[in-house]
Amino acid sequence: MRLFYARTMPAVAAASGQRLFYRHRLPIRVMHWINVFSFFLMLMSGLGIFNAHPHLYWGRDADFDAPLLSITARAGPDGEPHGITQVGPYVFDTDGVLGASRVKGANRQSERAFPSWATIPGRQYLATARNWHLFFAWVFVLNGIAYVTYTVFSGHLRRDLVPRKDELRGIGGSLKDHLLLRHPAGAAARRYNVLQNLAYLAVIFVVLPLIVLAGLGMSPRLDALFGGWVDLLGGRQSARTLHFAAAFLLLAFVVVHVFEVIVTGLWNNLRSMITGYYRLPDDHHEERTP
Amino acid sequence: MSAMARRRFLRLAAGSILPGALAGCDRLAASEPVNDTLRAAQFLSQRAQALVTGRDAMAQEFTEDDIADVFRSNGTAMPDSRLYRQLLADRFRGWRLQVGGLVARPAQYSLADLQAMPSRTQITRHDCVEGWSVIGKWTGVPLRHVLALVQPRPAARYVVFHCADPMDGSDVQAPGSTYYESIALDEAVHPQTILAYGLNDEPLPVKNGAPLRLRVERQLGYKQAKYLMRIDVVERLENIRGGKGGYWEDQGYEWYAGI
Repeated sequence: MRLFYARTMPAVAAASGQRLFYRHRLPIRVMHWINVFSFFLMLMSGLGIFNAHPHLYWGRDADFDAPLLSITARAGPDGEPHGITQVGPYVFDTDGVLGASRVKGANRQSERAFPSWATIPGRQYLATARNWHLFFAWVFVLNGIAYVTYTVFSGHLRRDLVPRKDELRGIGGSLKDHLLLRHPAGAAARRYNVLQNLAYLAVIFVVLPLIVLAGLGMSPRLDALFGGWVDLLGGRQSARTLHFAAAFLLLAFVVVHVFEVIVTGLWNNLRSMITGYYRLPDDHHEERTP
Repeated sequence: MSAMARRRFLRLAAGSILPGALAGCDRLAASEPVNDTLRAAQFLSQRAQALVTGRDAMAQEFTEDDIADVFRSNGTAMPDSRLYRQLLADRFRGWRLQVGGLVARPAQYSLADLQAMPSRTQITRHDCVEGWSVIGKWTGVPLRHVLALVQPRPAARYVVFHCADPMDGSDVQAPGSTYYESIALDEAVHPQTILAYGLNDEPLPVKNGAPLRLRVERQLGYKQAKYLMRIDVVERLENIRGGKGGYWEDQGYEWYAGI
């Protein structure tokens, strides 16, 4: 079983001069979209949960006087709450988005860490946010386990995700290409590039396990798994902070991922993740050859 | 698709589909049947966690050095109740814990009775559903000792805790709104599940639930019922108050608060 085999479609290729190849197999496509769906529900309900206590700490319990991060509000001159974000000793004015923002339809700002457009539910209610978060946590984790199992046993991991030695040596060039928005064309576009490989591997095998572990580290029942394992994460409040930080790392990955999807051909990429077929970008060197 | 059609599509997506999807999402989030369904995941979590950790696994205990200077109070800090004020003024000498329901020998205990029973002291972490934690040292009688005295009948499945603090106003305005909670019988007989009368080597302060509160260390803060008045052993929760097994549970919070 291989992901990238050249199942070019001769009819299409002949008609348009384009080379379609079958890039993503059905299980990958299905799991990708389940992941997209549950990631955004997890993120938004997670922000709703954070809003119930918009402070992060380091350690076993909460040192209320010394949070690492606080997204709160103070009364503005007009009496309306004014949003501020504190990171350690630094205070930032984040009014309108973080700390205080207007809920749609309201004529005053309300005090809330993340704005209503970013949270599930839009109107702050911790119980509902938890209902969504703890349901889709199961969807997200089971889908993730299925994905990792599939990538290992289908050979996808070894063949497509782990970079080859020569690719690793080309990391500097790949970095430069990314920054200049130069993208592989022709045969080179058949494989993931090395930065892409490393980003995927880091997300799949570092950030995602961390966010799950830190999430479970907040559970008072799983705390009882064996004595003091939560201390390996720095304690429960550290686990909460790591969970939050990992969520934003994932969001950063998604932002870069979507950016790359757009600049390397939105429709071609979307098609390949929906139908499986990807059109190889033209190689300009080949074009010049008569 | 032409470039113009693409742009039109993108504008449409950004301008109407996205906000529409978000608004639809919000309507779903507000829908009671949807949330009832999603909340059912708690029983999957409960089974999975019980399977992984085992019934008698102990919550982490800490050292004296870990105890927080102030044990934060959440929810009620002083019950707005005439009865409670009287009990407090009398230093709880007239207070009795009623224990009944599906038991062979219903009983009532004074604070002195409970303090004369075997005690357990544990330094544990209190995890509020909001996200914060605070470490404190609790002293009390293991609930399983009290249950052994009253002898639950074979049909018994849950232990229900009725409290003194009215939640939706004073006891005159909202007499039926007193806090209540419930836990499963196997959680009730866990060694760390105690009826605590002491916090940090002092009598339990009013803001933390005097004279007696529940400590069920493997679940979140809202399960730790304060101001205990009555304990009932029951077979089902459906016919009690809102039917979901607790004050916050009746308002959408999970009954199983192990995560």
